[in-house]
Amino acid sequence: MIAESGHYALVLALALALIQSIVPLIGARLRDAALMNVARSTALAQLLFVGASFIALVMLHVDSDFSVANVYENSHSMKPLLYKITGVWGNHEGSMLLWVSILALFGGLVAAFGNNLPLSLRAHVLAVQAWIASAFYLFILMTSNPFLRIVNPPIEGRDLNPVLQDIGLAVHPPMLYLGYVGFSISFSFAIAALMEGRIDAAWARWVRPWTLVAWIFLTLGISMGSYWAYYELGWGGWWFWDPVENASLMPWLAGTALLHSALVMEKRNALKVWTILLSILTFSLSLLGTFLVRSGVITSVHAFATDPTRGVFILLILCLFIGGSLSLFAGRATSLKQGGLFAPISREGALVLNNLLLTVACAVVLFGTLYPLAMEVLADFKMSVGAPFYNLTFVPLFTLLLLAVPFGPMLAWKRGDLLGVTQRLLAAGVAALVVIAIVWAWTRGGSALAPLAIGLGVFVIAGAVTDLSERTGLFRLPFATTLHRARGLPRSAWGTAFAHAGLGVALIGIVCETTWNSEYIATMKQNDVAHVAGYDLKLDGLLQRQGPNFREMIAEFNVSSDGEKISVMTPSKRSFTTRGSSTTEAALLTRGASQLYVSLGDATAEGAIAVRIYHKPLVLLIWWGPVLMAFGGMLSLSDRRLRVGAPKPARAKQRLQPAE
Amino acid sequence: MTLWFVFALMTVAAIFAVLLPLGRSGRAQNQGSEVAVYKDQLAEIERDLAAGLIAAPEAEAARVEISRRLLAAAGSEPASEPKSSLKWRRAAAVLALVALPLVAVGVYMPLGSPMLRDFPLAQRERGSGSGMAQSLENLVVQVEQHLEKNPTDGRGWNVLAPVLERLGRFDDAVRAYRNSLTYNGESAERRSDLGEAIAAAASGVVTAEAKAEFERAHALNGDDPKANYFLGLAAEQDGRKDDAANIWRALLAKAPADAPWRPLVQTSLARVGGGGATMPALSDETVAASKDMNEGDRNAMVRGMVERLATRLKQNGDDVEGWLRLVRAYLVMGDRDKAVGASSDARQAVANDAARLRQLNEGLKTLGVDG
Repeated sequence: MIAESGHYALVLALALALIQSIVPLIGARLRDAALMNVARSTALAQLLFVGASFIALVMLHVDSDFSVANVYENSHSMKPLLYKITGVWGNHEGSMLLWVSILALFGGLVAAFGNNLPLSLRAHVLAVQAWIASAFYLFILMTSNPFLRIVNPPIEGRDLNPVLQDIGLAVHPPMLYLGYVGFSISFSFAIAALMEGRIDAAWARWVRPWTLVAWIFLTLGISMGSYWAYYELGWGGWWFWDPVENASLMPWLAGTALLHSALVMEKRNALKVWTILLSILTFSLSLLGTFLVRSGVITSVHAFATDPTRGVFILLILCLFIGGSLSLFAGRATSLKQGGLFAPISREGALVLNNLLLTVACAVVLFGTLYPLAMEVLADFKMSVGAPFYNLTFVPLFTLLLLAVPFGPMLAWKRGDLLGVTQRLLAAGVAALVVIAIVWAWTRGGSALAPLAIGLGVFVIAGAVTDLSERTGLFRLPFATTLHRARGLPRSAWGTAFAHAGLGVALIGIVCETTWNSEYIATMKQNDVAHVAGYDLKLDGLLQRQGPNFREMIAEFNVSSDGEKISVMTPSKRSFTTRGSSTTEAALLTRGASQLYVSLGDATAEGAIAVRIYHKPLVLLIWWGPVLMAFGGMLSLSDRRLRVGAPKPARAKQRLQPAE
Repeated sequence: MTLWFVFALMTVAAIFAVLLPLGRSGRAQNQGSEVAVYKDQLAEIERDLAAGLIAAPEAEAARVEISRRLLAAAGSEPASEPKSSLKWRRAAAVLALVALPLVAVGVYMPLGSPMLRDFPLAQRERGSGSGMAQSLENLVVQVEQHLEKNPTDGRGWNVLAPVLERLGRFDDAVRAYRNSLTYNGESAERRSDLGEAIAAAASGVVTAEAKAEFERAHALNGDDPKANYFLGLAAEQDGRKDDAANIWRALLAKAPADAPWRPLVQTSLARVGGGGATMPALSDETVAASKDMNEGDRNAMVRGMVERLATRLKQNGDDVEGWLRLVRAYLVMGDRDKAVGASSDARQAVANDAARLRQLNEGLKTLGVDG
């Protein structure tokens, strides 16, 4: 009964979504409040039914009901409870159900908390949201139904892909989907604005929190996925420029651009058309990501199943929404009111530069992702576009962007003073130079560019600090005043500083890890000692253990430094009988922000085992950076105040003493 | 019945969600508007100014800008009051009351299985013994679960391995036989069973790995028939047909007369052309050569061979060559009636396969049995 109720709830959600995609639009045309309000109640009911459907699937997985094909194919009765639950979205059908559940969640949130929206805007937004939802409900029901049954249920399931049996599956996909799908809201707002033919600062005020929420989750989702790949795949890489990773990076780049251009629009009523276009592009890239990952065009751990009908169906959805929205944009964009003006050197100008660099970077990634695919399809020629391509294209763009980051928040709105800002950033620049000199003197080997890159990271962080101290008057004013002003400073200003500093932190981590990473690969026997980066790792022995649905071989390493015992590391290899596959569980030892990483290879007949040991200096900064960025985003989100960008008056003196 | 009741409740809830707002009167509620946002922004400037976050001239400039926008927005605010159009509301209500259930049922019925109840694992384990859960595969899974927990149970592996092999799960069977060997100890029989499973996993090819197992089995027991048969097969697959024939001939010589695998070895021997006396190939020369034997022996021998061939063809009639050999044997033996009978049996057996039928008819024509 649970299975069939869940199935029927999903069908009802489809029916509701169909009504929600038509009735409110008619209502908006007729200006009938009741018809427009249908959007609200149906969106909430949709959330209720999809939620019920999702909970039903979770219950089926927890109860190991193998009469449901999806449970049989992806679960196992002896799997730990956590993985029974996370296994729900560890497969194609379930993950698509999670996708629409989150879509319905966002729709429901707009319906529930959209009281401050004009009625017709809300009706339009929810109707567009319902179009997307209908398309995906149909996709799920027709090609990837998680509720299909088996008449003679087998007694045991086929288990989940062992690589996915990890806590990472509990966090990474929901976060990433919250990000991907969250951008559907700004898309819906953009389409609604185009249909209404009205767009203004108020629009940006309503869109920005949703974009920010999506961006926060996407940031966390991507970095979490990267950390998961780092410790689970067993060779210490954290970013591979893999098409699936790129598929998540592209919406992030576009979304970051959108976040900044929406800021300009909200505060200054400028860049309207561009913001609309970015909204459309960001969600289009999310859809493209879904297509690339789910269609089986790319085979990876993410492509759970390759089925041509699914690919064609998603491609249809993709063409319909991207093509439709872009043609609507082409038709209506010219009719939108143009916004405010600004000088090239101004906060707006800086944000335009940011947008320019981010979108070009995004286009580069898009090219690098699609070109090999196109070559494979058209010319039957297999190639891979990897790190060297991105080092030559993406990295210079981001270097420019990072150089510009500290300037942005310090420029005034409308017309800025580049010289003045440069003077104020002098301290940050000096700090960066000092760090470059120290790193140069201290380290041997590695790329000559590494100290420069670290200096850039320091410059970005110091720039964020400078911005804060300028705003609070640190060192210029008495400390009590500074404190008072710091408290009065909008949380969004703090958010900006944290997010920008996060960029610098991540950059330092990336540079240190790639430049001074040391590795040791060997076959070790009992009591062998490996020396890596000042640590001695002694292999104490190998032992076998029985897990709930796997057997594992554990190697015990005693880690010491200068004869002083530090810790014991126990990397292992797990073999899963049901799927007949095995995973490596790397052992990580965190020392400050650096990590020691041990993973196992194959055991030889003589009782020796292949071992890979890495020392990764400051590697954790790579993920602390994004966490800091997400924290900044949350600070900014918690700022309920309205954003006003006070323009710099044309005839005012350059440095005004703030009035107390 | 309860399921349909739940479905009905859910449908009613969905319909209600659409009807609820339609019933409300279309009063203008407190909704957000552009004007409100700009007014809030103006208030915000005052607060920022008071907190010292922006300077007075900047605040003034911002105020001017926002006021300008506020005026523009107030001018373009839709002046007309929200209307209510009863006709369209009724249409929406009909949509909810009729189309929604129709769509729901129309989509659900072809996809769902409303007659199938849930089968959570816990409930099924309690109620095991019901026919549903006792299929062979489920039994296998239960044994596998048991062995997962008690991997040293040699008897369990012994039972499981042949079943797995029969189910076509050859790789698992190989593993099971290996475990059986580990926990039950060496025996020629187990070694050759393992070899057989390895060969089956390689779709019938006796690989070097499989051959090693058969050689071990042969070393343990030189008379182990399976090991001998497969060693012969290995020789045949290596192209050493004479060796194969020798191995199989020796095997047949030692074999008890009623060994069930005798026909298999005999046909294999025939295949490599080392058949000699025991081969059911029935070439003219064989039959002619047997004429030198004494009458009774010869007849018994030939009849025995022909009968075996006939029995085999009755079980598997696809073998056109076999049928032709049989017909020819009857002709040589001078039994034309049986020859005609066999040729009509043959036609029936291959009637569904045009190519084979043509081959058969041509063969029969050369033998001179009708057209």
